[in-house]
Amino acid sequence: MSNQSLPRITPFSQLPKALTGIEGLDEITEGGLPLGRPTLVCGSAGCGKTLLGIEFLVRGILDYDEPGVLMAFEETAAELSANVTSLGFDLPQLVADKKLRLDHVHIDRAEIDETGEYDLEGLFIRLGYAIDTIGAKRVVLDTIESLFSGFSNEAVLRSEIRRLFRWLKDKGVTTVITAERGEGTLTRQGLEEYVSDCVILLDNRVIDQVTTRRLRIVKYRGSTHGTNEYPYIITEDGISVLPVTSLKLEHTVSNEIISTGVADLDAMFQRGGLYQGSSGLITGTAGTAKTTLAASFALEACRRGERCLYFAFEESPAQLLRNMATVGLDLQPFVENGQLRIEASRPTLNGLERHLVTIHRLIGQFRPQTVIIDPISNLISVGSISEVRSMLTRLVDFLKVKGINALFTALVSSSRGQQEMADEGISSLVDTWIHVRDLEGVGERNRGISILKARGMAHSNQVREFVVTEQGIRLLDVLVGPTGIITGASRLAQHIQEQARQIATKQEAERRDRGLERKRRVLEATIANLRTEFESVEEELRRVNSEEQQRHDVQTEERRHLGHNFSVRPPAASNGSGA
Amino acid sequence: MSEEMWELRLYVAGQTAKSMTALTNLKTYCEKHLKGRYRLEIIDLLQHPQLAEGDQILAIPTLVRKMPAPIRRVIGDLSNHERVLVGLDLRAIDPS
Repeated sequence: MSNQSLPRITPFSQLPKALTGIEGLDEITEGGLPLGRPTLVCGSAGCGKTLLGIEFLVRGILDYDEPGVLMAFEETAAELSANVTSLGFDLPQLVADKKLRLDHVHIDRAEIDETGEYDLEGLFIRLGYAIDTIGAKRVVLDTIESLFSGFSNEAVLRSEIRRLFRWLKDKGVTTVITAERGEGTLTRQGLEEYVSDCVILLDNRVIDQVTTRRLRIVKYRGSTHGTNEYPYIITEDGISVLPVTSLKLEHTVSNEIISTGVADLDAMFQRGGLYQGSSGLITGTAGTAKTTLAASFALEACRRGERCLYFAFEESPAQLLRNMATVGLDLQPFVENGQLRIEASRPTLNGLERHLVTIHRLIGQFRPQTVIIDPISNLISVGSISEVRSMLTRLVDFLKVKGINALFTALVSSSRGQQEMADEGISSLVDTWIHVRDLEGVGERNRGISILKARGMAHSNQVREFVVTEQGIRLLDVLVGPTGIITGASRLAQHIQEQARQIATKQEAERRDRGLERKRRVLEATIANLRTEFESVEEELRRVNSEEQQRHDVQTEERRHLGHNFSVRPPAASNGSGA
Repeated sequence: MSEEMWELRLYVAGQTAKSMTALTNLKTYCEKHLKGRYRLEIIDLLQHPQLAEGDQILAIPTLVRKMPAPIRRVIGDLSNHERVLVGLDLRAIDPS
């Protein structure tokens, strides 16, 4: 016994593992459960422990051709078969194919009288026989703790259970042992003491009236594993664990560009649109045409010939179609020809995980190239911020890995909208982030759109005003005034102001012209005056000159006349007629 | 009822000490209380493992009273005299 408790040294760098085939579980366990060793699955009632066990067996048979034995201590084979029929597991068929053995162990304290020493060799023999007849590689012991209710000698039981696990290990079968969760301990009977290789804890919590199931790997000896709590759900196809952190960031990317459906918006991106397979986010306050933008994107996708899946969490499909038709986005034909599928549901209808699974499943069925979720913020009403964040992370990752164009809208409160989105961590997940908002100005609201981020391409930094017309969304030209960008009525006012300014400038110019004219005229008048003055001076001078000349002439004449008179004495009267 | 034939089945796994003790004890009881009207079958599960499931055997050794109905089960090496008598409901027909 003492040497049995020593751990076996494995020559493998990584422990050999058995794939469970359960969606997501193999990712977080990094390859499955420890091969040939027991794994303890514990959890409270209604966690799906038995289901996990059965799925482990069924997937092992169907996917990996490993026969399995289910030893059920609580339910009969018929009950178990009936319970999992709805999941599409046909246990009776598998039993008939000798791939599966169901062994119901009936324990009733009233029927068992202990009369002395005993051991549980019978259980070993039964199990051994079941394993050997079908060559089982996998074993599930569904709630072995039931033994404690049947046998009173706990010391014997404990040593026998310890021996059983050892024995299973030596048999080399990969075993899942389920156990009920105890108060303050993982299992009611402390089984975790005996199973030291791998312990998985299932949890079923009700938060805000919504049930969320979570799975956590408490311990996995000799192996790395995801350590978080992973939500899981029980779907029509069995258990689905939703890991995110184990998804690798190695999806391929496309260099192709797709349109947003709004030509003016495309122009704001350097490359004229969004990268194919990228994910975008439209945030905005209420009534900022987020849905219209999303519908434009959907319409454009359909026009490209793609299949588009539109999750509407606010409006019914009919309402959405009607509303979008009024703004020139006629989605009806695409719904009719099957290209566009609108899935409307109330966010509060399901837990977050179920939403995520619904989305996963529909994407799996419909195989869309474009997925729109309008709005993701409504999902917050279902879970806490951190849950929503992890869910969205998983979703965005999932879509990216699939290369699906994704567009999410999110309603934010105006004051701290960007902060909110950063809180949810989605802003770091998406490649493109477009923000629409109210531009409140003089007595009116207008809508503005801006690009907050666009990974891998340059983009406009402007806040553009846009209008929703009957032909869809149209961005208006940028009008920058002295106090920033100008929208709506201010845009008109600005226009009028500008016209007035132009007129004023024109009038000013005319006034200046007139002033000049006047001055010119004044100067011309002055020039004329001066000229007149000059003329009169000239005339005066000329007159003086001519009088001078006359006088000179007269003198000369008189002098000549006098000389003449000197010889011939003229009459005295002639003296007064000259000079 | 006392005329009824008793059918007893003892399940053992190999010749272990517990099994041998149980067998010895059982024979003593039968001879004492059921002399002449019992049939004892000893099943070694090591040789017939397929029989374990049918009688819901877990513990070894297990004594199963097939007849008279209802089926009763007693586990252990039968060394506790009182409990064996109660368990098999032998007291009722105890002649003493």
